[in-house]
Amino acid sequence: MRPSPARLLNILVPVKRCVDYAMKIRVNPQQTGVDTNVKHSMNPFDEIAVEEAVRIRERLGDKVKSIKAVTIGPSKSAETLRTALAIGADAAIHVEIPDSAPSPEPLGVAKAIRAVIERQKEQGGVDLVIMGKQAIDDDAGQTGQILAGLMDWSQATFASKIVVDAEKKEANVTREIDGGLEELKCRLPLVVTTDLRLNEPRYATLPSIMKAKKKPIEKLTPADLGVDLTPRIETIKVTEPPKRVGGTKVANVDELVAKLKEAGVVPT
Amino acid sequence: MFRAISRSQISLRPFIRRAPACRAFSSSHVSRSDGILNSLDTLTEEEQLLQESVRRFANEVVAPKVREMDENEMMDPEIIKGLYEQGLMGIETPADYGGAESSFTAAIIAIEELAKVDPSVSVLCDVHNTLVNTIFRKHGTKEQQEKFLPLLSESKLGSFCLSEPASGSDAFALKTRAEKIGDDYIINGSKMWITNSYEAEIFLIFANVDPSKGYKGITCFAATRDMGIQIAKKEQKLGIRASSTCTLNFDDLKVPAANIIGGVGQGYKIAIECLNEGRIGIAAQMIGLAQGAFDKAVPYTYQRVQFGQPVGHFQGMQFQIADAATDIAAARLLTYNAARRKEEGKSFTKEAAMAKLVASRVAQSVSGAAIEWAGGVGFTRETGIEKYWRDSKIGAIYEGTSNIQLQTIAKFIQKEYS
Repeated sequence: MRPSPARLLNILVPVKRCVDYAMKIRVNPQQTGVDTNVKHSMNPFDEIAVEEAVRIRERLGDKVKSIKAVTIGPSKSAETLRTALAIGADAAIHVEIPDSAPSPEPLGVAKAIRAVIERQKEQGGVDLVIMGKQAIDDDAGQTGQILAGLMDWSQATFASKIVVDAEKKEANVTREIDGGLEELKCRLPLVVTTDLRLNEPRYATLPSIMKAKKKPIEKLTPADLGVDLTPRIETIKVTEPPKRVGGTKVANVDELVAKLKEAGVVPT
Repeated sequence: MFRAISRSQISLRPFIRRAPACRAFSSSHVSRSDGILNSLDTLTEEEQLLQESVRRFANEVVAPKVREMDENEMMDPEIIKGLYEQGLMGIETPADYGGAESSFTAAIIAIEELAKVDPSVSVLCDVHNTLVNTIFRKHGTKEQQEKFLPLLSESKLGSFCLSEPASGSDAFALKTRAEKIGDDYIINGSKMWITNSYEAEIFLIFANVDPSKGYKGITCFAATRDMGIQIAKKEQKLGIRASSTCTLNFDDLKVPAANIIGGVGQGYKIAIECLNEGRIGIAAQMIGLAQGAFDKAVPYTYQRVQFGQPVGHFQGMQFQIADAATDIAAARLLTYNAARRKEEGKSFTKEAAMAKLVASRVAQSVSGAAIEWAGGVGFTRETGIEKYWRDSKIGAIYEGTSNIQLQTIAKFIQKEYS
């Protein structure tokens, strides 16, 4: 059976290297940010994205032509690409910025991803971008949406379920929203951002780690892509939240209301 | 496995006896491109990925079951299945036989990470990889490798059967007999203290085909459970309780001559060689154990407040904690250096003996201290700290007792200095 080339999907998975979720966060002495001299790993929502791409391939088989991972970051970010390759991506792209450069902002990142997508045109373009809904360091939750806007593509954010129909070039996405679950039928090309309950990522097995050694990582610079990653926002100060003060137990609702009135949070 | 030698800038001058060169090794596949050696705790990218992966697997899949397995003295089959799924049961086995075709150090890393969570699971993986797989890989014929290695990589657990009721350290005084009858050997005898035996399907049995030749008659046979191996008494142990340790009985066990590994009379050599490697595996298990106990107890000391401050801030405690961390670091360096030496084809017998000796001592002392640091809570089984201490005792006993390690090291020194 030979599927016609027009039906083969190319999936792009942007990933980000962040402070590991289990690490204790401390503000740095200069109060400009968080102490980054700690263990880093792939943003957990991005792991879910890589896992979903691999699962889509497991479901659709030959209809998925390629899964590529991309990251915009300093030299150490290549580690996250290796992890993505070990989980099942075919190839990776590293848009490398100097170690001293400030962290790129969502708009800059989205522009870089757009440029990467344009570059993929010769290899069949990109049909589906799956990425984390937010990164756990800045919790911005913007990049996916900005990218969809820049590309003029459909978007389905906070996905908890994705079913792709390669033939029809459509995807049914279930989104987690405040009121419950929303089902969207989207046309490809599409940007999907992953939410926690989409899947549980696998552990990279040793054989796949060994195979990942041979998979290619393409190195690019922002200049190659014609993208300016200069931040537009300046962080003035970062401080820890005020220490939690102990509370008191109240005997009943009346006492609670009295105390609230006392504290001035309820009109008397 | 490739070996890109980039040591052009370091000459191989003989070392001064009194100060053995501490940078004598070059883990060539982690050398920097400028030819300068990396620090001893450097891992390749693949090794780092593996470490991360096994750590997660151990913390998420193994950890919830540790207590239950220990109380029931039974390994959960789901854990064994998980190890196979992660590709951890054929770490050095070639990909053609279903293995991961990775390095010895990768196996050591996996063993260490597993031991941080459960030394019982760790030893299952260690014996299977460093003893059973290694013997088939190094000494098996192509037919034997084709037959057994894929099974070992994918689903069948292996067991190494050397010790007997009357022969432990004096391993080669073993009494199990193998008598040649036609194209088969009939094996009679007993083995004792055999790890993995309850769950294993493939057994490497050391038996003597000609006692008149002494140890030169010892031969290694590959047998499968369905040939009629009787798994008898399962020992009730102090520690590593989930790791099965049984007595095996062979009553006219018929094994085809084609299942002889390495040739008749080669059993002694095969066993000695692979036990040397196995020692590094046990050292890794012990340092993982020590680290696991340390990692459980120390955070508690920074939370437990007595006399107005966390107990971990008292200087007496700080000194003990610092001592323990230093001991673990030293034992780890011994272990990884021995592993790298083996990978490079250098002699490593003395280093492996030193690593196991020190690692088992450190495991005992650190896990014991960990209980004391956690106080009463450390003494209860619920937190799992005391388990490390019980598990650590075996480190000084199996795969060569500490006295045997000392003997081995002493022999090298005597040879060097006299």
